[in-house]
Amino acid sequence: MPINITMPALSPTMEEGNLAKWLVKEGDTVSAGDVIAEIETDKATMEVESIDEGTVGKILVPEGTEGVKVNAVIAVLLEDGENAGAIDTTAAAPTAEPEKAPQEPAPQPVAASAPTPAAPAKTTPVEPEYPAGTKLISTTVRDALRDAMAEEMRADNDVFVMGEEVAEYQGAYKVTQGLLEEFGAKRVVDTPITEHGFAGLGVGAAMSGLKPIVEFMTFNFAMQAIDHIVNSAAKTLYMSGGQMGAQIVFRGPNGAASRVAAQHSQCYAAWYGHIPGLKVVAPYGAADAKGLLKAAIRDPNPVIFLENEMVYGQSFDVPDLDDFVVPIGKAKVHKAGNDVTLVTFGIGVRYAEDAARELAEMGIDAEIIDLRTIRPMDIETVMRSVMKTNRCVTIEEGFPQSGIGAEITAQIMQNAFDYLDAPVLRVTGKDVPMPYAANLEKLALPSVGDVIEAVKAVTYK
Amino acid sequence: MARKPKSASKKPSAGKTKSKSAAIPATPAPAEFSKEQELAAYRNMLMIRRFEEKAGQLYGMGFIGGFCHLYIGQEAVVTGMQAAISEGDQVITSYRDHGHMLACGMDPKGVMAELTGRRNGYSKGKGGSMHMFSKEKNFYGGHGIVGGQVSLGTGLAFANHYRDEKKVCLTYFGDGASNQGQVYESFNMAELWKLPCIYVIENNRYAMGTSVVRSSALTEFSKRGSSFNIPGIEVDGMDVRAVKAAGDLAVKWCRAGKGPIILEMQTYRYRGHSMSDPAKYRSKDEVQKMRAESDPVEQVRQRLIAKKWANEDVLKAIDKDIRAVVGNAAEFAQSDPEPDASELYTDVYV
Repeated sequence: MPINITMPALSPTMEEGNLAKWLVKEGDTVSAGDVIAEIETDKATMEVESIDEGTVGKILVPEGTEGVKVNAVIAVLLEDGENAGAIDTTAAAPTAEPEKAPQEPAPQPVAASAPTPAAPAKTTPVEPEYPAGTKLISTTVRDALRDAMAEEMRADNDVFVMGEEVAEYQGAYKVTQGLLEEFGAKRVVDTPITEHGFAGLGVGAAMSGLKPIVEFMTFNFAMQAIDHIVNSAAKTLYMSGGQMGAQIVFRGPNGAASRVAAQHSQCYAAWYGHIPGLKVVAPYGAADAKGLLKAAIRDPNPVIFLENEMVYGQSFDVPDLDDFVVPIGKAKVHKAGNDVTLVTFGIGVRYAEDAARELAEMGIDAEIIDLRTIRPMDIETVMRSVMKTNRCVTIEEGFPQSGIGAEITAQIMQNAFDYLDAPVLRVTGKDVPMPYAANLEKLALPSVGDVIEAVKAVTYK
Repeated sequence: MARKPKSASKKPSAGKTKSKSAAIPATPAPAEFSKEQELAAYRNMLMIRRFEEKAGQLYGMGFIGGFCHLYIGQEAVVTGMQAAISEGDQVITSYRDHGHMLACGMDPKGVMAELTGRRNGYSKGKGGSMHMFSKEKNFYGGHGIVGGQVSLGTGLAFANHYRDEKKVCLTYFGDGASNQGQVYESFNMAELWKLPCIYVIENNRYAMGTSVVRSSALTEFSKRGSSFNIPGIEVDGMDVRAVKAAGDLAVKWCRAGKGPIILEMQTYRYRGHSMSDPAKYRSKDEVQKMRAESDPVEQVRQRLIAKKWANEDVLKAIDKDIRAVVGNAAEFAQSDPEPDASELYTDVYV
């Protein structure tokens, strides 16, 4: 039986990649473990090893092909005695799509990894934050974050970035790609694996006036450092009667990635959102990621900047401006609507967009509020919307108890009780540690179905 | 379990493993103090002693709330170290911080008013005994989480290094904090990046109520950096001249770009861990013996007398001066108003 060699995934969130180079040609014999090709994503380049021994019978995806889906058959190996005629070419999966819509992550071929994604609803921003006619450039969230750091580092020598693998490795998720080359090892600092220590060191450096950007490989690991984030960074300004604080950004991926289970999948928005003295930002698209990170680096207060691995590779339009800054503390009406308000942030916007599209088909016109900043929370924008729609559903990946949805619900109770036609409902991650099994993980995360059910409940449909 | 034959445990001698560290400096001889230096040390230490005695009184009277950790007995450490550093060098410590603040030249009135939670305290009454700062005097706190200041101090040293400044950071912590994980995370980075950080371990023998032998597998704290190639020196922390000499050596080491260094100050606190500590974990005799034989203030006093650099009248006059300063501070701290209610919401964000 000929053996199919398929496009491997470099990470649980990878959906496609480029076939950069073949290192073998048809007719070559290979052993298991031989490097036969190189593939790349915007994050990394990796070697593909042969999974078995045999002869390269057919190369189905030529080198240089972009957008090869994970699990697509890229070559076929023949075992002893087989010839190329044995290859059933129809078995080979289609390879690249010639022109991929930039901001649409394809559904994962394997069950359940990415919780929702389908094409995000095409919505024009309701409140554009740049002049009409500004040229827009399709940019991944990953690159937008890098650009924000690079621009601020060019403008201010006191800004530096530190964390695990940020320099020579180019970032565990390639967010700091290219920074070492431009700014050198003094300003792009690889740390040992020592979150508590380097978070404290960063705060100390900030107390003396430097402006560190501390990258956590994920916010799960920041649990080791939360003492310095809360006790040292957030409280010093107050404890010193305003004499000294910490201009510091703690950033990194937050929330569920894909199939990495309980200790690597948690949303910390509510944890940090609880703390006076911290600002907490959680952007969704690339423009907000860039504009808010620039604002965070300039903010004289400690800022928690929550990113999401699931959207790093996703492209969005980013205005081509020299200095595009999005103010911290302003929510955005992501999609206008009249029947129900969906309040969310970060990757929750994806759930909201997908739900809104389905709801539209059911005749329900949902308004989506993207909070963008968790603290200080722009509760006025939420109230304005709720007073218009009279119904509200909150969406977040975090746990339900004392979550962001609980806070918003309480705020609405206090400020817009008389406007409500139905109780506010929360769609959250389920009240369990994140399971590993694909089906359970899917159940544990909020889903578009959960959002639609909640909306139907509050609209009595 | 199978035992390895004895010969197997013998490692082949592959020659001496290469050590990157420079030769560990030996404990220097106590510094020779001039008359002026002795008098200054006497005055500075006595100031801390009298201030702390007054703080203890005010605590007993209910003017100071919460926790109050007195520095009595350890005065030589901050006094000697402060004499070794220069303008612009930074100081950071834990919550037993009153002595450090006075040594840095902070105003006793502002410190005492912070202890009583008044508006002209260094933190406007919002920090209290454990959380006090002075940007002007390069005093970076005053930190209430045991060990937290060690990473922060390493960060201050990182900033000095980043800016190519020759400043050093004095990072103080106790024998108790020496068992915190982040201390070693900080040691590692400090040596890795050759940061100008002097780790001053104030070994006063008790982490709250737990003696070092009951809490520490290795009680020679000067050796705590050996896994990281950080040299350490044992210092008689009751002798201000010994502290000064060690401080001079350490400052020179750091300014030369050799990275961090550890000074283990062997010292003793006379009072309990905090005001509410009856100190049942040690004998009265032990405390009495230290006071009688090693008191840092008394040592200087006796040298001054012996060398005829001061007589009892001069020393009494100094004491009187200091009592007046401390008395004024205490009076100020009791009469200064509490912070205005509007201060509740200030200084949360810049």
